[in-house]
Amino acid sequence: MIRDAAGRFGHTPALIIVLCAAAAVALLSVASGAYPLAIPDILKVLGGREANDPVASLVLLEVRMPRFLLGFLVGAVLAVSGALLQGLFRNPLADPGLIGVSAGASLAAIMVIVLGSTWLGGWLAFAGEWALPVAAFFGGSATVFLAWRIANRDGQTQVATLLLSGIAINAIAGAATGLLTFYATDDELRSLTFWTMGSLGHAGWDELMIGAPFMILALIVSPFLARPLDAFLLGESVVGHLGYPANTVKKAAILVVGLGVGAAVAVSGLIGFVGLVVPHLVRLVLGASHRVVLPFSALIGGTLLVAADSLARIVVAPAELPIGLMMALIGGPFFLGLLMRRKVV
Amino acid sequence: MTLRVNDLSVLLGGVTIVREINLMLEAGEIVMLLGPNGAGKSTLLKALSGELPFQGQVAMAGRELADWAPSQLARHRAVMPQKVDVNFPLTVEEVVAMGRPRTSRGKPDTIIDRLMTELDIAHLRYRMVPGLSGGEQQRVQLARVLGQILDASGPRLLLLDECTSALDPSHQQLVMEVIQRLAKEQGITVLAIVHDLNLAAQFADRLVVMQAGRCFCEGGAHDVLTHSVLKAVYGYRARIISLPEGYPLVVPLGSGSAQMASGNPSCRQAS
Repeated sequence: MIRDAAGRFGHTPALIIVLCAAAAVALLSVASGAYPLAIPDILKVLGGREANDPVASLVLLEVRMPRFLLGFLVGAVLAVSGALLQGLFRNPLADPGLIGVSAGASLAAIMVIVLGSTWLGGWLAFAGEWALPVAAFFGGSATVFLAWRIANRDGQTQVATLLLSGIAINAIAGAATGLLTFYATDDELRSLTFWTMGSLGHAGWDELMIGAPFMILALIVSPFLARPLDAFLLGESVVGHLGYPANTVKKAAILVVGLGVGAAVAVSGLIGFVGLVVPHLVRLVLGASHRVVLPFSALIGGTLLVAADSLARIVVAPAELPIGLMMALIGGPFFLGLLMRRKVV
Repeated sequence: MTLRVNDLSVLLGGVTIVREINLMLEAGEIVMLLGPNGAGKSTLLKALSGELPFQGQVAMAGRELADWAPSQLARHRAVMPQKVDVNFPLTVEEVVAMGRPRTSRGKPDTIIDRLMTELDIAHLRYRMVPGLSGGEQQRVQLARVLGQILDASGPRLLLLDECTSALDPSHQQLVMEVIQRLAKEQGITVLAIVHDLNLAAQFADRLVVMQAGRCFCEGGAHDVLTHSVLKAVYGYRARIISLPEGYPLVVPLGSGSAQMASGNPSCRQAS
């Protein structure tokens, strides 16, 4: 049967189901929106042939494809980052927001939005349309670097200190964001609010070029951390006993999360719940080994975000809902349902 | 010589917790560390397991610990911590397999089966570790730790910090017999912290008694488990009976201070 002796789903059937779901969601995502595309047209364009509808090719290649790819990458990176941090902190409630990455990135982005016309005019003139994503990326990376410096003592990374400094950084960034919100004009307030609700609306090949290298790097590096992260689940000392370089693993994981989430927030704003819910779901169905949790989190996280993005475009078409709201609306009740049905942790 | 410890001291936050310890452990020898709470036993074990920095020399098979590659050392030195908390849904089999070196795909690992059978956890194989009792979890961790070094060639050192503390009496015997057999048949060297004096008397080749960070005395069970040593180290009165099986039995007669406190209530008020 498809369940193994431990009552878990077999990996192969699970992989087949997830890949089918991903393919279906991918088609739905590129087909739906303000200008619906016909499935035969999509397949023709992807096959390199001329579509019946001449606009279809343009919409698909210039709008929908980059948006789909970016959404999938962002979802995958957020879910994998959640899984990495949960393993590292040995806490199933850890989330990329926890160590302050998202807060740092969003503060930088909001600074660009609100101060772009005054103090940061030079930066805006220099970076042009890339000003916001690049600033968000550096904001996120700088926050991780700061938290990391604080948590490192005598060559050891203190995980508890990292968590506490994350809380402090979140508070500081939250206050600074509040201050900027207070002084923002109505227009700035509007774009700021949309940004904090998360959106893939700006997705294009340019955004993909900025964010993708870091996100792909994060996804490539993370599987190498799977075995030592399994050892982390037994305690930090056990990692060393089993012969893994605990400090190197910690640093690599933090760096991967910092770069990946920094890049994800830079191109899509704040999108919650993926990092928390997806690894939970995978553990519930397939077990807690990171060799399973990391790849499946990437696949399911990507699929889920793309699905949410499609839905966000369909429900109020031709307008679209912010995807961060969509995720929270779907993820929140879903998570509560899990909690009520059985013990999640 | 599997392990040679020369003048080992451990300083934590400016306080010397372990002071000038010297130890020699031969292949196949079972040495048990005794001593009151806070005597420095766990700190010594943590220094030997690479968790704490120390002063002095520790050599395994004639080679300083620092000269071993971490992954290589893991195949020759296995450590069972006092407590391992598992909060994630890992199965018994998954946790035991973590100790095993990577095997070729799809090839069943017979050592995992063997250890799980010997430690009486084979029937728990697909159960989630967080749902097991303390004693069952302890046996799972021990299986993981034993699997780490069991089939390595060369010197092997097993460091155990109270590996039987949560076990019922019959499983204590079972676990100690497994450890003893592996030591004698495979030449694995065992250094174990134990609080049960009778378990130590029954299974140890040699006892090392620590007090206030120092080695108080060492020797066979008959030499170490005496009235004077127990009185000096634990402040503990006991009857020591020599058993025909060849090891002493220690029967506690209560600690003097507790008797005083219960016999005279005003004593407790005064303190």
